Amino acid sequence: MNIFDMTIHALHAALKGKRVSSVEATTAMLERISSVEPQVGSFITVTPEQALAAAAAADQRIARGDCDLLTGIPLAIKDIFLTEGVRTTCGSRILDNFIPPYSATSWEMLRGCGAVLLGKLNQDEFAMGSSNESSAYGTTRNPWNTDYIPGGSSGGSAAAVAASEAVATLGTDTGGSIRQPASHCGCVGLKPTYGRVSRYGVIAYASSLDQVGPLTRDVADCATMLGAIAGHDHKDSTSVDTPVPDYSSSLTHGVKGLKIGLPKEYFISGLDADVQVAMDAAIETYRRLGAEFVDVSLPHTDYAVATYYLIATAEASSNLARYDGVRFGHRAEAEGLLEMYTKSRSEGFGVEVKRRIMLGTYALSSGYYDAYYVKAQKVRTLIMNDFTTAFADVDVMLTPVAPTAAFKIGEKVNDPLQMYLSDIFTIPVNLAGTCAMSLPAGFSAAGLPIGLQLIGKPFGEETILQAGYAFEQATEWHTRKATI
Amino acid sequence: MKISVADVEHAASLARLELTSEEKELFAGQIGAILDYVEKLKELDTEGIVPTSHAVPMENAFREDIVQPSIGVARSLANAPEREGSFFAVPKVIE
Repeated sequence: MNIFDMTIHALHAALKGKRVSSVEATTAMLERISSVEPQVGSFITVTPEQALAAAAAADQRIARGDCDLLTGIPLAIKDIFLTEGVRTTCGSRILDNFIPPYSATSWEMLRGCGAVLLGKLNQDEFAMGSSNESSAYGTTRNPWNTDYIPGGSSGGSAAAVAASEAVATLGTDTGGSIRQPASHCGCVGLKPTYGRVSRYGVIAYASSLDQVGPLTRDVADCATMLGAIAGHDHKDSTSVDTPVPDYSSSLTHGVKGLKIGLPKEYFISGLDADVQVAMDAAIETYRRLGAEFVDVSLPHTDYAVATYYLIATAEASSNLARYDGVRFGHRAEAEGLLEMYTKSRSEGFGVEVKRRIMLGTYALSSGYYDAYYVKAQKVRTLIMNDFTTAFADVDVMLTPVAPTAAFKIGEKVNDPLQMYLSDIFTIPVNLAGTCAMSLPAGFSAAGLPIGLQLIGKPFGEETILQAGYAFEQATEWHTRKATI
Repeated sequence: MKISVADVEHAASLARLELTSEEKELFAGQIGAILDYVEKLKELDTEGIVPTSHAVPMENAFREDIVQPSIGVARSLANAPEREGSFFAVPKVIE
């Protein structure tokens, strides 16, 4: 097997058994990146020197007998995570020259385990997009078919795993930005419960919805990555101080007697036929494994996209006010202060970011605040209540991740509303603040991956990982590789 | 909902954005279409519903007030587009 195709667990065994060194593994990954990047474009910044230095340090650590599961494993992270001394753009021209003075807690935790950073991954600008087409650094392409989008906003994080450019990656998910690209690229992606993972040092888009999570080749790797980054952080007052379970040790519990809810609003007539086939097959697999299915209802599903695009854009318009050209980022030539703010922002932001700032500003402006923003916050309560009610009867819910497989590059770029509607099955989970995972569950007629979503109760990551692991053991979708 | 170019200009000035005339026309149409779509929230009776601003119920997060190391002046200023001594420099504000 090629080193670059290995899982965390396989590479860990090889490192521990001294069959390969981290420097060799990192070199293999860097060569792989050089060979496929021209076609895929997963990275904004590759950091070969730092990666090889970190790999050499990891090898010394391993030689001392100190080999954590992540020691010496080459990873890459979305360019939304601050990395001390390594340029961090968030996919935007406004941060083109930004070198952070400190690192995100989630990356610090991985680094502490001895993980090696290969570079920073492409994404939609400020995580605003579902296709990676809003990046100021070129569109990432889907490794399964480069005419198609990889999904977004963590499109580079998913494409890098699918194209074997990193063993595993980190992304962020505000409305589906881990799960939807994972689904479109055929990898595993998990959005933890809000507060499970620190957001410190993660460039903010919509603070009440943003959450950090892993994208991996399989569920066991996903459990390892989540275990490494989860936990309370005194630097993020919204991170929650609940014990972190050992996600890996309980993976094999199986699904016998597990109650799986099928929310009827997610199995609508407009669902793509290939996606429906994949869902039916997944349900059959779980039945065979001993799970029970229960019909449930999330009655306010149809209002989730509207609610999201008011709340997320309102929070974004406030969060992005910090890009004013004063302390960091792009500064335009100007006579006065107001002109400097306005010119710096107008030159630095791309069109999707401007559109969302405009929508959010409008929704928060005098005379519209109650009608739009407060109304959306009230509907958010109704959506959360839907989940609480449904979870009284079931342990997890099973749904599609997206209504279709990946669409073509350019297909929705001129119709923002259609683009927004492609997130209909992922957005409600962010509004409710709970956890969900995407895992490979089939392919479309065009040969593009289709993902299955398992939604868990708040802090129910352990249960969805168990259910995902059982599915993975019973199927072979996750073993297929993109031929790039 | 009809959004005029003047509405777009007002929101742009609040957001400290300067738009081209093409962008103004584009956003007037697109934001209007999005607002038409979000009108559907009005179908729901939300009388007496408490708005949610945060998904996880939590009170204030307190900690002991202990001095911790910080990143310091030099690293704070390292990304400054312009600086003067230990300050961020900006265009003149007061004549």
